[in-house]
Amino acid sequence: MAKSIKVRAKAKQGIVTVKALMNHPMETGLRKDKKTGKMIPAHFIQEVTAKLGDNTVMSAVWGGAISKNPYVSFKCSGAKGDSLTLAWVDNKGNSDSATAKVK
Amino acid sequence: MNRRTLLKRSLAAGAVGVAASAGLLAPGQVLAAYPNAAFHAKDTAEALNGVVGSGSFEHSDDIKIKAPDIAENGSVVPVTITSGLSGVESISILADANNSPLVASFTMHGSPAFISTRIKMGKTGNVLAVVKSGGKLFASKKEVKVTIGGCGG
Repeated sequence: MAKSIKVRAKAKQGIVTVKALMNHPMETGLRKDKKTGKMIPAHFIQEVTAKLGDNTVMSAVWGGAISKNPYVSFKCSGAKGDSLTLAWVDNKGNSDSATAKVK
Repeated sequence: MNRRTLLKRSLAAGAVGVAASAGLLAPGQVLAAYPNAAFHAKDTAEALNGVVGSGSFEHSDDIKIKAPDIAENGSVVPVTITSGLSGVESISILADANNSPLVASFTMHGSPAFISTRIKMGKTGNVLAVVKSGGKLFASKKEVKVTIGGCGG
């Protein structure tokens, strides 16, 4: 699962605003496949971590009730030129991460 | 966190914890065990207890929830939470009408209290934002009317 994350970070007066989009089906495990009538197995992102340099600035635990192809935005203190890394892990053990330079 | 909730949590998150310790998580990340039970809890108090260690909270006007009054599509409900409270440790989002109310919980690590994301809502209900600040829980809610549910088939 390469390049499942799009992340942008912008600094303004010492506060970095991060916006990220991830590609993920986010299946709750409660939906039925209309054709086969079988339940679609749960497949969703469970943990999201954001780091600015070496410092964790935001970490989250998610359930299946986050929308498909999740969007998340948050703020942290930082400056232009810092590098921000966002990583996720889903309930099947898949993971991905992306790094963006703060603009 | 007291010892009891720690024990409860570590038991509940056992399966996920095994997966995590088996090296499936990216190296260098320090993550708390995933609170599996909290995400399967059927009521908000139980869910909160599982994720932030307590089920009781005070109402606060210092937490602002930006969400639509009417969501046409329950599978994509944009929610933005900001808080003027100081020393915010975590922000949890719950949708009380959902089968399992807990949507997500964000730990802030000293970052400003601002979170924006999109959630699924099965039917009309309240979006509950629970902020942990100074070891106490504060909450605010906003009703969102859903015309098409987001959890059905």
